[in-house]
Amino acid sequence: MSFLEYAPAPESRAILNLRDEYGLFIDGEFVEGHGTPFQTISPASEQRIAMISSADSTDVDAAVAAARRAYQRTWSRMSGRDRGKYLFRIARLLQERARELAVAESLDNGKPIKESRDVDVPLVAAWFFYYAGWADKLDHAGLGADPRSLGVAAQVIPWNFPLLMLAWKIAPALAAGNTVVLKPAETTPLTALLFAEIVQQADLPPGVVNIITGAGDTGAALVGHGDVDKVAFTGSTAVGRAIAKTVAGTDTKLTLELGGKAANIVFDDAPIDQAIEGIVNGIFFNQGHVCCAGSRLLVQENVHDEVVERLKARLSTLRLGDPLDKNTDIGAINSREQLERIRELSDAGVDEGAERWTAECEIPDDGFWFAPTIFTNVSTSHRIAREEIFGPVLSVLPFRTPAEAVAKANNTPYGLSAGIWTDKGSRILAVADRLRAGVIWANTFNRFDPSSPFGGYKESGYGREGGRHGLAAYLAPAGAARPARTHVAASEAAAVEAPRKSARTPKRQAKGTKR
Amino acid sequence: MSRLAVPKTYKLAIGGKFPRSESGRTYEVRTADGSFLANAAKASRKDARDAVVAARAAVKGWSGATAYNRGQVLYRIAELLEGRRAQFADEIVALEGVTRAAATAQVDEAIDRWVWYAGWADKFAQVAGNANPVAGPFFNISVPEPTGVVAIIAPQDSSLVGLVSAVAPALVAGNAVVVVASEAYPLPAISLAEVLATSDVPGGVVNTLTGSPAEIAPWLASHEDVNALDLVGAGALDWVDLEIAAADTLKRVLRPEQGADAAAPSLDRITAFTETKTVWHTKSMI
Amino acid sequence: MSGSQLVHPARERAVAILGGDPDDATLRRYLHGIPGVDAVGLEQRAAGLGSRSIKTTSKQWALDKIIELIDLTTLEGADTPGKVRSLVAKALRPDPADATTPRVAAVCVYGDMVPHAVEALGAAHGDPDDGLVSVAAVATAFPSGRSSLAIKLQDTADAVAAGADEIDMVIDRGAFLAGRYGQVFDEIAQVKEACARPDGTSASLKVILETGELNTYDNVRRASWLAILAGGDFIKTSTGKVQPAATLPVTLLMLEVVRDWHRLTGQRIGVKPAGGIRSSKDAIKYLVTVAETVGEEWLQPHLFRYGASSLLNDVLMQRRKTTSGHYSGPDYLTID
Repeated sequence: MSFLEYAPAPESRAILNLRDEYGLFIDGEFVEGHGTPFQTISPASEQRIAMISSADSTDVDAAVAAARRAYQRTWSRMSGRDRGKYLFRIARLLQERARELAVAESLDNGKPIKESRDVDVPLVAAWFFYYAGWADKLDHAGLGADPRSLGVAAQVIPWNFPLLMLAWKIAPALAAGNTVVLKPAETTPLTALLFAEIVQQADLPPGVVNIITGAGDTGAALVGHGDVDKVAFTGSTAVGRAIAKTVAGTDTKLTLELGGKAANIVFDDAPIDQAIEGIVNGIFFNQGHVCCAGSRLLVQENVHDEVVERLKARLSTLRLGDPLDKNTDIGAINSREQLERIRELSDAGVDEGAERWTAECEIPDDGFWFAPTIFTNVSTSHRIAREEIFGPVLSVLPFRTPAEAVAKANNTPYGLSAGIWTDKGSRILAVADRLRAGVIWANTFNRFDPSSPFGGYKESGYGREGGRHGLAAYLAPAGAARPARTHVAASEAAAVEAPRKSARTPKRQAKGTKR
Repeated sequence: MSRLAVPKTYKLAIGGKFPRSESGRTYEVRTADGSFLANAAKASRKDARDAVVAARAAVKGWSGATAYNRGQVLYRIAELLEGRRAQFADEIVALEGVTRAAATAQVDEAIDRWVWYAGWADKFAQVAGNANPVAGPFFNISVPEPTGVVAIIAPQDSSLVGLVSAVAPALVAGNAVVVVASEAYPLPAISLAEVLATSDVPGGVVNTLTGSPAEIAPWLASHEDVNALDLVGAGALDWVDLEIAAADTLKRVLRPEQGADAAAPSLDRITAFTETKTVWHTKSMI
Repeated sequence: MSGSQLVHPARERAVAILGGDPDDATLRRYLHGIPGVDAVGLEQRAAGLGSRSIKTTSKQWALDKIIELIDLTTLEGADTPGKVRSLVAKALRPDPADATTPRVAAVCVYGDMVPHAVEALGAAHGDPDDGLVSVAAVATAFPSGRSSLAIKLQDTADAVAAGADEIDMVIDRGAFLAGRYGQVFDEIAQVKEACARPDGTSASLKVILETGELNTYDNVRRASWLAILAGGDFIKTSTGKVQPAATLPVTLLMLEVVRDWHRLTGQRIGVKPAGGIRSSKDAIKYLVTVAETVGEEWLQPHLFRYGASSLLNDVLMQRRKTTSGHYSGPDYLTID
């Protein structure tokens, strides 16, 4: 046999103790939803993992009401120190159950276990640790003394980093003193439900965290709910736009982390081997299901051929297959729907005249798979150079001068991230200054840290997650007006039952909240 | 023998020039007691479009200037206004029908706000930015950068201080502005544009439109090359529709404010039109 | 530049690649024109390769392969003929209890110990590609390299004459760090000539960069190119006498140079990490790194070696576990 094939090294599923059915997590309990339950499957095998409840609008009401009650009765009155302790507890529980969560994530999402194990889950715990420490230090968050929490946060997250996106949303919200209703993506609800068990183990007061599962209409009902004070969404620009319209004219605060079409710029003096790794990590990490993926490779023309040749050689060593195998580099595409979209855009690339190269790999019979693919001869006008593919597909475009690189990099309605590869420090800083993107990686790519703000320019959304900025997104200055609904908080229960209307009925409903 | 006054023609201010509206339209500006004061240009959607083009062209230079330089330029505006206090007070008295003392107080407040914001230019990044202690061998820093082109519907009930309170903070970070002046009190806005033209503010950094906010605002709200929309003075408009239109390109939106405290000086007004950029760089001795 | 008047084929090729005589200036232009190394990225890549999970059949194959690639080494002032004889015995039968255990590739000793090693090996002395065991000798005033060129050349010639198949030389790190690349080149080229045998064959030359003293990855990359340009058959990380010795990132970097050289010239150069590799787990990481950087074909004795002493017993212990199914202990393995 060839050593390079490596014998299978599957992570054991025995560590998982899954239920056959999962309800909605409302007010500290699992309850059955009123919508039609759906199954969550493993995208690598198309096998059913569990049945998942679906929340309809009455369930959304119940979840928001539970969050409101918890906000008024306990969470907003609790000292920051105690809120912090709960978050530290959660962080520790996450670490204790890290392996189990990693296996569940790879099973449900299709991402390689080495990523869920070494990236997603450690970052999840780190996120809670980081924000736990903020809970009793809000005076230093940059909003002046005694900033106040916002109230109930409605949070809708995508399927690409299910548990990590949950952490990005819940940790800062709770640290700031808000309660949350979170909806995970339809295709990846599993780890959010395991997280609900962790919330129970942490003995968090009921209603502080509520997790409701369902499809796009559940998400639309949640973000359009009249009694939420904050909406945080990560997902596609199309849905983000719809949500922005939904909350227009209301008192609801909104942060959006949306799509991207990041340029990864390789100059001719780049540290070449690390640049190749960075390109690979930039677009093939998590099968390219990354909003900040370096999907446009801008290469200085005098090293274009060399870079492409080295890249192809490197891609030929990537292993595609069972996400639970510890040696898998490229896992499964998350859903059939997403696979179709990747195929459609790739075909469009060929039709438009770009040259397609696909790494040779054996594609398993079942499940959803797409081999790493590179397009050369791509023009800025091609769809594959403009639209977010959200898959393992890289478009290579040449440039001649730094000015042209910057111009091409900025030539997109998105502005989430960018990469720069050069040995010249002064150029890095100057190019970083000129790039219109919220996160710039110089001689690295796809790095995340709870202390580091993340978020986009332009149509990649607004607001930041991570760091002090991410905390501020869940706070208002002490003097800031509070929406009318929360002034009645004093009379607790009565206030909760009273119907609450936002300043204005949403004009349009968000449709589809996946991603 | 009394001298016959020479009235001023009030035009738009776009890209450092003072054109009439391309539509050829004007509207009558009247004093508080209803007598004719001047014909102001009534900007059209095409004027708004031209203003956005001019603003976009100005972003690179203005945002690329050093923060120290922007601070000096903004301070220079205050200096120039100081010498023209009487002119602005005259216009305010005539338009708003307030006492001379109140008008002068408004001018003084406007000047002081320029000074206040000028001082922020080389400081807000230190307050709003961060060095981030990431868990790895990386240098990591977050800095606020200008959002780009900001369209502003100026407060409608305050001719000068409202305008300055909305425009100045947007300029601090290096944004370029298209501002729709108070419909009823447009004259100080144009006079201010004349001050800006003779100051060191590069052409196109502030573009002033007079006319009907209700007519112009939707074109700015939906314009794809506008990055942010300040609706501070849009309370009387159907501003929710403007916010919805702005959502099409995910513009940053500030909602209407009413009353004397509208657009009160604050750091938030500066950072509202900034984007936090985080740069990671590998860090190693070897 | 002093230099041999002989026109060696490696030198001819170097002139062609460099576009001029290999003097300080020409070498500097060339070596400093090579793309830089980002340390963080390199180390992350190495860590990624190190996290491969090698199980069952792959692991068994890997353990045997590691043994076949070891230069079993003793380099002590206290070395004696007896010590060398027992080292040779271990090289020939690493695990006396299991005859299926392969032999190591070579024994590596000081030059004066070569006759003893050759004698002890007897008929088993030969090319490891044929299942025999080579004798490698460190030379050129190992480990510091601080002596005259004449002595370094004599040191080399003596070892070859005594029967050494491989010469592990050290570069002049002082000259390298001072920018005297021409001198470093020239020494390597002359040592290579000193490896020649009367019959026209030549001992294989491993060039030790002593990466722990070069300190930066950029230096390691330049020194790797320099050593290959000057005619080295192998590039080797370390003497084992300086910390840090072999590390995975340094070895990865050197493998990348070898890969690029192969792409450029078609020639295959060997790589030898030496010093500090003590466990099977670590050694497997190197195997993975070789396979995924230059390809599996490099996993043979004339292209990859481990310079190690204590590694062998750990591999043998693991090997016993995979064959017997239970864990073993040091008392079940011989200590030489």
